Amino acid sequence: MDARNHSEPARAKNPTKAERKSDRELVVTRTFNAPARIVFAAWTKPELFQRWWVPKSCGISLLSCELDARTGGKYRLVFGTGASKQMEFFGRYIEVTPHARLVWTNDEGDEDGAVTTVTFEEKGDQTLLVMHDLYPSKEALEAAIASGSTDHTPETLDQLDEVLVTLLASDRPS
Amino acid sequence: MVQYERARLDASFAALSDNTRRGVLEQLGRADASITDLAQKFAMTLTGMKKHVGVLEQAGLVTTQKVGRVRTCKLGPRRLDEETAWIERYRQLWASRFDELDDVVQELKQELKQKEIVDGRKKSQ
Repeated sequence: MDARNHSEPARAKNPTKAERKSDRELVVTRTFNAPARIVFAAWTKPELFQRWWVPKSCGISLLSCELDARTGGKYRLVFGTGASKQMEFFGRYIEVTPHARLVWTNDEGDEDGAVTTVTFEEKGDQTLLVMHDLYPSKEALEAAIASGSTDHTPETLDQLDEVLVTLLASDRPS
Repeated sequence: MVQYERARLDASFAALSDNTRRGVLEQLGRADASITDLAQKFAMTLTGMKKHVGVLEQAGLVTTQKVGRVRTCKLGPRRLDEETAWIERYRQLWASRFDELDDVVQELKQELKQKEIVDGRKKSQ
């Protein structure tokens, strides 16, 4: 059935770029060899989204994934990071323009969360994806960096000690 | 997410977890300053400020140099490196996510192609 997996040569992956654009902004870009509507679907349909959002290498599982990808709709992701520890990420879609643009809030860390904008720009057979995180302040972005947060976890530095304690506790062999 | 980064439980976290110490870094980002200057700016005792600077120094975020009776503080080499390293890890996380997204996208594209072929056949029949 799945002969194409064997007949197709291994494709070289397109590069991913990440940079800090300003005091408050992080931008990640990547080109996909597919039309925008397909890439957009993979961001907005839970059954597709959960297949890629958590890389296999990171030892975390996505326990539940609710995406109401409509303007004003909510999303909630629950991750499992060990026997008992769970983390939730949630927010609201501020804008959903099919095949072109997604904007959502990251509300799990109170008021310091970034607003994430993802744009899908079709260029010929490809789609340029730009993911832009805008933090409410320089401090909020730096807090995210200092906490090692790589997924819009706006842990403020003041909360950090607490987080580290929890992490250390959860890091014990179970 | 924080748990991607367990390895980063080092001194710079503790150093940055304090409001005053973050203020000191910001201040030193603008100009070098003596412990006395900093103590005054943050309205604290010399001893208190020395402790804060000591923590920052241990974390490599600040370096100090004593000339005569004055100890001057400036930003250490660590800060920028830390950020560069963080951005690189952030990029790697997204690169691995996007590689998997790529697989999903390619699969969808194939399915769509198949469907178009089937639909095309139906139409031409």
